[in-house]
Amino acid sequence: MDTLLFFTFAAIAVLCGISVVVQTHPIKSAISLIGVMGSLAVLYLLLGAEFIAATQVVVYAGAVMVLFIFVIMLLNAESEPKGGRSWPAKLMGIPLLVILLGLLSYVIQIWNPDPQEVSFGSFTGGGPREIGEALFTEYLLPFEVTSVLILVAILGAVVLAGGGGKESER
Amino acid sequence: MNFYLLSLIKAAVVAAALMTTLAYLQWVERKVIAHIQLRMGPYRVGPHGLLQPIADVIKLLTKEDLIPGHVNKLIYLMAPFLAVSLALISISIIPFGPEIDVFGIQTYMQLTDLNIGVLFLLAISSVSVYAIALAGWASNNKYALLGSLRAAAQMISYELPLGIALAAPLLMAGSLSLREIVDAQGGYFFGVIPNWFVFQLPAPQVFGFVIFLIAAFAETNRIPFDLPEAENELVAGFHTEYSSLKFASFFMAEYANMITITAITTTMFLGGWHPIFPVEYGSAFAPTAIFGLAGVMAAYHAMHTIRRRDRFTLPGVAVALLGIALLFLVPMVQTWLLPLFWFLAKTGSLLFLFIWVRGTMPRFRYDQLMRFAWTFLFPVSVVNLFATAFLVAVFGS
Repeated sequence: MDTLLFFTFAAIAVLCGISVVVQTHPIKSAISLIGVMGSLAVLYLLLGAEFIAATQVVVYAGAVMVLFIFVIMLLNAESEPKGGRSWPAKLMGIPLLVILLGLLSYVIQIWNPDPQEVSFGSFTGGGPREIGEALFTEYLLPFEVTSVLILVAILGAVVLAGGGGKESER
Repeated sequence: MNFYLLSLIKAAVVAAALMTTLAYLQWVERKVIAHIQLRMGPYRVGPHGLLQPIADVIKLLTKEDLIPGHVNKLIYLMAPFLAVSLALISISIIPFGPEIDVFGIQTYMQLTDLNIGVLFLLAISSVSVYAIALAGWASNNKYALLGSLRAAAQMISYELPLGIALAAPLLMAGSLSLREIVDAQGGYFFGVIPNWFVFQLPAPQVFGFVIFLIAAFAETNRIPFDLPEAENELVAGFHTEYSSLKFASFFMAEYANMITITAITTTMFLGGWHPIFPVEYGSAFAPTAIFGLAGVMAAYHAMHTIRRRDRFTLPGVAVALLGIALLFLVPMVQTWLLPLFWFLAKTGSLLFLFIWVRGTMPRFRYDQLMRFAWTFLFPVSVVNLFATAFLVAVFGS
């Protein structure tokens, strides 16, 4: 059952991922990206990380992508024309991809010489309680630093969007 | 009993009940608003218009299913499907009652209990924005697009106070599972005041409850927050280009969302299926008293009728009501009927509040709506969360 679900949703994720790149219309690409995120959430669930799965949907599929779609709708973006590629890109594309994949698998093999099978549900630290405890005891400092960093980013966005507070005050 | 069979039966019961409530909620809404405006409401189809929902369903099913030529077909067809399926999913984690024993089978009156229950609800509510946003975009119509842009902005803005208001009772419950949240609200203090999160010490969630309710109005796009379909500005908003069953599915989604959000409010703030006063003071007999009184009233009016046919219909109503009253006294049925009664009574009162507000409130202007969310509701919900956290940390939950 787990394996079947894994392959179904892994296939959906990959197909949606290809669709993100192939689609010419930005809204369709964005919807495909939502598909990728939704199926990733299911994969997290299968691994036993239910908290991550829920946050994946709330934050990525919910908040982030809604903003993307919102902006695309506001700008009323049209389909992109399919531009012809330059001849070196056409010529070198597939050989370079093969070389990249070969290098990647070689590096992974060296880095992890003794691979083991992943078994579903063997991971038990994925509940909200465990994650909360880990965040507020062991990883307290990184967690707080990250939140401050995000706060700085928000302030920066507000300042940039405000276009210089003093000028607008006059 | 087989787990799959049991789940299927429970799902079928819940789905059937939800669909019927959905159809009749619309009848109730029309009736209540009509009476608020001193009209009669639907009266022609069946006694007191009781068959009106069925007539409406037949009408919507048999209307011409039109797909305008200028729409983006795939997304146009996907949007109503998304709307209705996402609206129906969340009911699956609502606990309607405690663990019960039906014909020797132990089961919870809940489809499933997730340990991330509340997060699941938030996830579904944040994804359901897409249905409206995409419907308006795919319609390729400026009114529809404006409506869906408004809806998306409004739902994103009000999701914040909604989620933060929801976090405060979670601090007191110490769990995300809705079953455990309801269990944490059992019991009474001073022997009478129910231990619901609206009243529970050390941090009564009165403000949280009100914030959640206001945000819930906005999330379900109801008056006074129904800007996405403000008909005097936007024709019909995001569903302008939809007809027949596709229009009906947006309609269904709105009412299903209303039922779900009131059920969640009941679960999170009003103690779920726990009775309003303790069993020692006879709360087990309250439904019997209410239905019995209604039955006696009907019987009294049956004896003093003006119209002739009331002499035959009113006794029937009286017998039915008294029968329901007696049903609450049968010990075998009582165990699951009583929690269900209290749950439905609370949810029903909230639904009535939704309709009542629609009948009495004018619509906001769009900038007022946004300013209200960001400059009032959001700060108040944050203050409420911090106050709750402080009180829980000092006095313990």
